[in-house]
Order: sequence, then C-alpha cells, then structure tokens
Amino acid sequence: MKATQAQAGLASIPALLARNVAQHGSKPAYREKEFGIWQSWTWAQADAEIRAMAMGFMALGLNRGDYVAVIGRNRPQLYWAMVAAQMCGAIPVPLYQDAVAQEMAFVLDHCGARFVVCGDQEQVDKILEVESEWLTEDQKPSVEQIVYVDKRGMRKYDHSRMNAMADVIAEGQAAHHRFEAELTARTAELDYNSTCVMLYTSGTTGKPKGVVLSNRNIIETSKNTADFDHLRAGDEVLAYLPMAWVGDFIFSMGQAMWTGFCVNCPESAATMMTDLREIGPTYYFAPPRVFEGQLTNVMIRMEDSGRFKKWLFDKYMAVARRVGPDILDGKPVSAADKFAYWLGDILVYGPLKNTLGFSRVRVGYTAGEAIGPEIFSFYRSLGINLKQLYGQTEASVFITQQPDGQVRADTVGVPSPGVEVKIADNGEVFYRSPGTFESYYKNPESTASTKDPEGWVATGDAGFFEEDTGHLRIIDRAKDVGKMADGSLFAPKYVENKLKFYPSILEAVVFGASRDFCTAFINIDLNAVGNWAERNNIAYSSYQELSQHPRVLEMITGHVSEVNESVAADPMLSGCQVHRFLILHKELDADDGEMTRTRKVRRKVVEDKFSDLVGALYGGKSEIYTETEVTYEDGRKGAIKATLTLADAAVAPAQKVAAE
Amino acid sequence: MNIQNPDGYTTADGREIGGVMMEMKNITLRFGGVAAITDISFDIRQGEIRAIIGPNGAGKSSMLNVISGFYVPQEGEVWFHGSRRPAMKPYQVAAQGIARTFQNIALFEGMTVLDNIMTGRLTQMKSGMLAQALWWGKAQAEETAHREKVEKVIDFLEIQHIRKTPVGRLPYGLKKRVELARALAAEPKLLLLDEPMAGMNVEEKEDMSRFILDVNDEFGTTIALIEHDMGVVMDLSDRVVVMDYGKKIGDGTPDEVRNNQAVIDAYLGVSHD
Repeated sequence: MKATQAQAGLASIPALLARNVAQHGSKPAYREKEFGIWQSWTWAQADAEIRAMAMGFMALGLNRGDYVAVIGRNRPQLYWAMVAAQMCGAIPVPLYQDAVAQEMAFVLDHCGARFVVCGDQEQVDKILEVESEWLTEDQKPSVEQIVYVDKRGMRKYDHSRMNAMADVIAEGQAAHHRFEAELTARTAELDYNSTCVMLYTSGTTGKPKGVVLSNRNIIETSKNTADFDHLRAGDEVLAYLPMAWVGDFIFSMGQAMWTGFCVNCPESAATMMTDLREIGPTYYFAPPRVFEGQLTNVMIRMEDSGRFKKWLFDKYMAVARRVGPDILDGKPVSAADKFAYWLGDILVYGPLKNTLGFSRVRVGYTAGEAIGPEIFSFYRSLGINLKQLYGQTEASVFITQQPDGQVRADTVGVPSPGVEVKIADNGEVFYRSPGTFESYYKNPESTASTKDPEGWVATGDAGFFEEDTGHLRIIDRAKDVGKMADGSLFAPKYVENKLKFYPSILEAVVFGASRDFCTAFINIDLNAVGNWAERNNIAYSSYQELSQHPRVLEMITGHVSEVNESVAADPMLSGCQVHRFLILHKELDADDGEMTRTRKVRRKVVEDKFSDLVGALYGGKSEIYTETEVTYEDGRKGAIKATLTLADAAVAPAQKVAAE
Repeated sequence: MNIQNPDGYTTADGREIGGVMMEMKNITLRFGGVAAITDISFDIRQGEIRAIIGPNGAGKSSMLNVISGFYVPQEGEVWFHGSRRPAMKPYQVAAQGIARTFQNIALFEGMTVLDNIMTGRLTQMKSGMLAQALWWGKAQAEETAHREKVEKVIDFLEIQHIRKTPVGRLPYGLKKRVELARALAAEPKLLLLDEPMAGMNVEEKEDMSRFILDVNDEFGTTIALIEHDMGVVMDLSDRVVVMDYGKKIGDGTPDEVRNNQAVIDAYLGVSHD
C-alpha cells in the first residue's frame, strides 16, 4: 500500500498548517507555560508567527535545500522554526539539546547546517565552542547565522551573525511585502517527495547517521496511526521528550499537524510533572523508566501515609489488579466487581490518576525497552489505556502497535496500518511501510545495507508472531540470538529482562549458545537486597558476603524458578530456562570493561573473564573458589577472592500449545 | 580601564561602571563600650560588585546593617545618590531601592516560595490592607502587576519547579536562592548580600555566583556582598574593602588587596615580638 498521490494537496507540513488554520483557526494549537501562566497560540496566531519567522529567515538569506539545525528544550518557537524552515524549502535538523559540543561538531559538519536555531545561551555557547575547538584544520565552519530564542545573557555576544528570534520575526513582518510572494512560491513547491526532516540516530555503534524522512513518510504515518487510535482535534499532548527524537517529531509535529490537536510545552524540565497534571493530556507517551519512577513515588508515599489510607489503597488496588484490565478491555465482569471497581474509582483510582496527571489519558504509549509486567498492569488496572508500540527512526516510529482491547505486557502488538512485517529465517524482523525512510544522508553504503531494493528494512531485532493472536514479540537483538545444542532458540536478553524485573536482581547474564542447557550469572541489587536484609535481621559486612548469604541464594533461586516457569509457558523459548546459576561476588562494572558506559553488559567479555565460573556451572560442581582482578576508579588494580556457591533452579516442563 | 576615573569606566569584561552611588564617610558604630566599626570610609559605585571581607568579628555585618539602615552610626555620614541620608527606618531605606539577604536565612518557613517572594514587593504596594484582604478593586490589578514582576524573577533564578512549595521543605541552597529572589523582587538599585554562599557545596556556589553575575549584568544592579570564600570574592568583585577589628585595613581591586601586607597579616596572623 504505497500512497503516491497526496490527499487533496495536503502534501507537506506547511500545507497541513494552512488547512488547520482554515478548519480550526481559533482553536489552541500550542501552549507553553511561562511566567507561571499557560500562554496559548491558536492555529491562526501560530501561522502568523511561523510565516513571519520564515520571511525573517529569508531576509537572513536562507535558501532552498539549506539545513537548519534546531537545538533546545521543547518550545513552540522551536517547533515553529522547523515549519518555517520547511516553508523556505530548507530542511530542519533537530539535535539533542544535552549533546556536548564535541558530539554536535560531527552532526553540524555532516549536514553542513548554515543556520542554527538555539533555545538559549547554553546552546549558542556550544555552537561557538564547536567552531573554535572541534573543527579540524580542513573543516571550515558551516554555520553562517545563529538565531536564539531566549535573550538572557546574550547581550554582550558578537551579533554580526547572530539574531534574537523576536528580531527575526519582527524583520520578517516588516519585510512581508518583499518576501510574501517568494515564500508562497517556495511553499507551493513542496510535495510528498520533498524532505520533511532529517533526524540523527543516536549511534550506539559508530558515527550517528542522518535519517532522511520525506513528507510522505511523516504524513502517511501520522495519518494511519492517528486513525488507528482515533486521535482528533481537541486532543492534548505534552511535548517533553527530546525534539531530536523521531517520536517527538511524529507526536508533536506529524500527528499534531494532521489531526490539529494541541501541543503543550512544559515550563522547564523540572516542572514537567506539575505541568502534566495541569494539562491533563489525552494522548501521552513515556519511556518505561518514567512510568517506573512514578510508580515508585506512589508506593513510597503510600508507605508513609496513615494506616487507614494505606488499607484503603491496598484493598482497592487488589480489586483493580483483579478486574481493572478486564474492564478496560471491555470483557465481561460480575456486577459485584463492577460496583467494587466503581467505588474504588471514586475513592482511590480517580484521585490517584489526577495526582499523576493521567485523568484524561485516552491513549498512552510506552516503548523503547521492555517494561516490567507489574508496572504495566498497575497503570492498566487504574483504567489508563497504556499500550506498547515498537518502532525506530527509520520507520518514522511505527512498526507495530497494540490495538485497544488487545494489550499485553509481553507483545508489541500488530503491524501498524500500512506496515508489512516479515520474519527472516534467522528470526530477524523486517518491515516495509509508507513511513520507511528515504536514505541515510551522504551514506549510500549504509542505506543499501539497511534497506533492500524492494524497500524491506532490517530492524536488527529478532522476534516472532504469536500464532493465536498475530501479535509480534521481540525477543532480543538479532545478533545475540543463537541456537542451543538441540537446535532450539536461544534468546539471552529475553530471559535476562525477565530476571531483571525483580527488584533484587540488578543484572543477569545468561549463557547457553551451543550448549545443552542455559546457565546464568546474577548480580544482586545492593540497595534492594540490603534493605531486605535489614528488615529480616540478616547481618552482612560486604557486598561479597551478602551475595553469598544462604537466605539471599534462597530468594534468588525462587526468582529464577519463577522465571523458568514463565519462560516454559512459551513453546518457542522454553529451552532458555536457567538450569544452574550463581550470584557473582562483584558488580559488573564499566571500569572493568564488563559493561559499556551506558550500562549494557558486554556478554563476550564477561564470558571470557569468568570462564572458570562458566566451566564450573556446566561442570556440575556445587562450589568454586575464584580470584578476580578488579580496577578501582583511580586506575589501581586489586583482586577479590571468593568461594561461590553454584545453585540449581527448578525447571518447568515445556508446555505444548493446545492445538487450534 | 581607569578605575580612578570618578565618572566611571568599563571593566575588562565589558561592564559599565558609573560614578559613586553610595558613600560612607567616617562611620563609627558603638554598642555601649564596644566599637564595632571605627572611622570607616569607602564608596560603592554605580553598577559594580563590591565585596566586604575580613576575619570573624571584623564588623562586616554591622557595616551592611548600617547601609541598610538597621543600625544608625554614632558618627559619620551616609551619602546616597549625592545627598546625605538622614537617620532612617529600614523600611524607608528599602523604599529608596536597597534590598538585602541575610546571613541566617530569614524567610517565612510556612509560606510558599511564591508568597515569600511576593513579600519583596510589599514596599511598592499602594492599595490599603482592607482592599488587599478583600482582593477588591484596584488591589486586584495591582497584585496581578506585582505577580508578573515576581514571575520574571522566578524565571530568572530558575525556581519554577518550587513555586508552590513551602519554604520549610526546601534544601538550604534553594532557600538561599529564594531569599535572593525576594530581594530581587523589590527591584533594588543596590543589593546587599550577607554571605550568600555560606554553607553551600561547590556546585551551589557556582550556581549562586552565576546568578549574582547575571543580576549585575542583566539589571545593572549594584551589589555589595560579604563573603568568606576568597576564591568567590576574588572572581566576582570589582573592588574589595577589607576590615579587621572594626577598622578598614585595605581597599582596592582584588589584586591590590591580595598583595596588601596588612591584609595578609590580618588573615594569616603576624608574630607579636
């Protein structure tokens, strides 16, 4: 399904803007909290600002095909700057605002941005630092004009090529007779094939790549997914995730422009939670860690509350856990349960949702990494329609998403409308969609290796479709997935994630490729287990001692057995059950090279370094003495000696799926 | 950069320093038999950051209290904007455009940050107490206008996230910032800071230093501060007065003061033989 014809001339973001002005002119389009008050702009007002801004850019010499870098926290002016750049025929390139100058240097040079729009002085300083320190001899600075939004601290800068956004807009307004015709002509040239935006992928491996997304990519994706979730004008979103992230561009730009809903920008990063409550968004996205953090806060505050409140909370949360998800999915529930849930909603869920800012959420999404099932079902049981999606920058976000009423913690849903998904023989997930990116900027080799001539894109993730539901399940990075000795699928991350959902387990490393059974190293979480030890009067003097305590071993054995049970429930992956494990005597650490700086386990390094332990796990011993070299933060080296207990975990029999 | 020029000069970093704004002439302050300040004279110029330093008990806070009108010196004159200031009540001094923060934080702990900062606008509120209590007529418009000023200060000092938080629940460093906000809300011409960085960690000190510089730069506010952290004083201030046992022992740029033998003796001690 490849739409080639744009709908009735709506082939670009500026065209959508014009339609929104005509249809929803007096409705709020953007809000930002400033000076303690929500300031709002209607579509008509935003349009006037954007046009003036575009003409101001033209007065400064912005040409067709130029790249305009946009850096700063989410603010209406920066969203407008992206649209204004498009109107001029230029291409907006939003950058991560917390990137340091060195990282920015590569991107600015790579796209050759002539204009940079900065949120504030901090970002301007970075641009100047890039030019003075991070360019090599043969690179000449590409940036010719810097425009900044917040005037604070900017008075003493050399303004020969720097302007305040307010001045640019004023100049554009003053010069509108001169530029109006030219601007209209340039905007009219935009079609489905012209580039809408370029987004740099964060680049965990090698240099960042510039993903070129066309108007077709963005508008088709926005249209399909907005229909999927029945998004409409009158919805509210909170724009608080990095503007350089594709998700924010789709939610706060693509879908907002397509449906005409209102984008709300928080006052500052620190006030996000307060602003969330004040706005009460109807459409909300957050990565799992945000949901986790909020849940932890709720739980801590409930622990501190009075006995009656605690009792009320526990009682009604039990009701919610039992029937909440079913009610949300519209499944039949007994009248008594319905009444109990209704009462709970008045006494507990309603006020709680209000405090969290989720009272009005109609559609909520989480993605990016696995979310703990308890966390996920906590929000669902409150009646919040939280769902999961799976996507990446190259797909304009959406590959799969969960339809209302078919939501589970362990799948990522069905292919989004217009998206085709296929699973290769090695388990890798491929997709093809109207949202599939055009190319990587100035990188034809990578483009060719990622996207084949027929338009199929490799995700690098391994997964499979559940036979009965048709939902996709992502199990691991494709390169980590292997086969066990008997040929069954080995997906270490899948099991590790399940283990890590337990608060007492900080890290887990599962082995088993080409082996008869799986084994695991476990790292305990010193905070959680230490706290538990204190409550249970277990004395310990060091991490090492605590890790080898029989009671701790007993608790972890229980967790591993539980995980085995849930892994066994899955016919494809039942071979990945952990038969034997040990608790490591030291935390895996980036200083020792066992993890990356972003705290991802380096599987290979761990396996080599602790090869004696792996051998012992497979050798059937019950105890092993080991010495490990450690590196202290100041670079000195030392050794830890320990005798580790190797434990067996209960393994569940593999379940056969009932034939259908 | 001619620092001696009576009409003013431009600093190395491009700030405009004007003529004399406030002049202390031969101030002597006694508490009974104890002379807290003995015959001290110095001036504060328009737009400068002026530090007062000295060992404990040197009379620095007393000096600040003289400037703010809390103490009336037995001898000497205070000149402000070219005219001699008669003995005044602190609120009259405040109305002249002098605001201060305190060494021991003096905020209303039970009130929110916003309400605390609003009190900084008190001297400029015109409507009567009854009208304000009933929030009626002119008082309504007036409060809105004052609130706008206060919100600009909140934005400036980046404390939006604690706007509605009672001050008692805030950590020390933020309380200090709220106190600065309250002083700024009064839109002072001269801002007196009594140990703005006492008890702070390095990061909080850096933040506070940046705010002090920003206030001076953005609003052109003249600042007189007492501080013990020599690094901060030397970095921030244009000129430094050094006091010891109630007497002035040095006055000049940070470099001059650093090399002044009397100052070194006062700080490091000197053998009495």
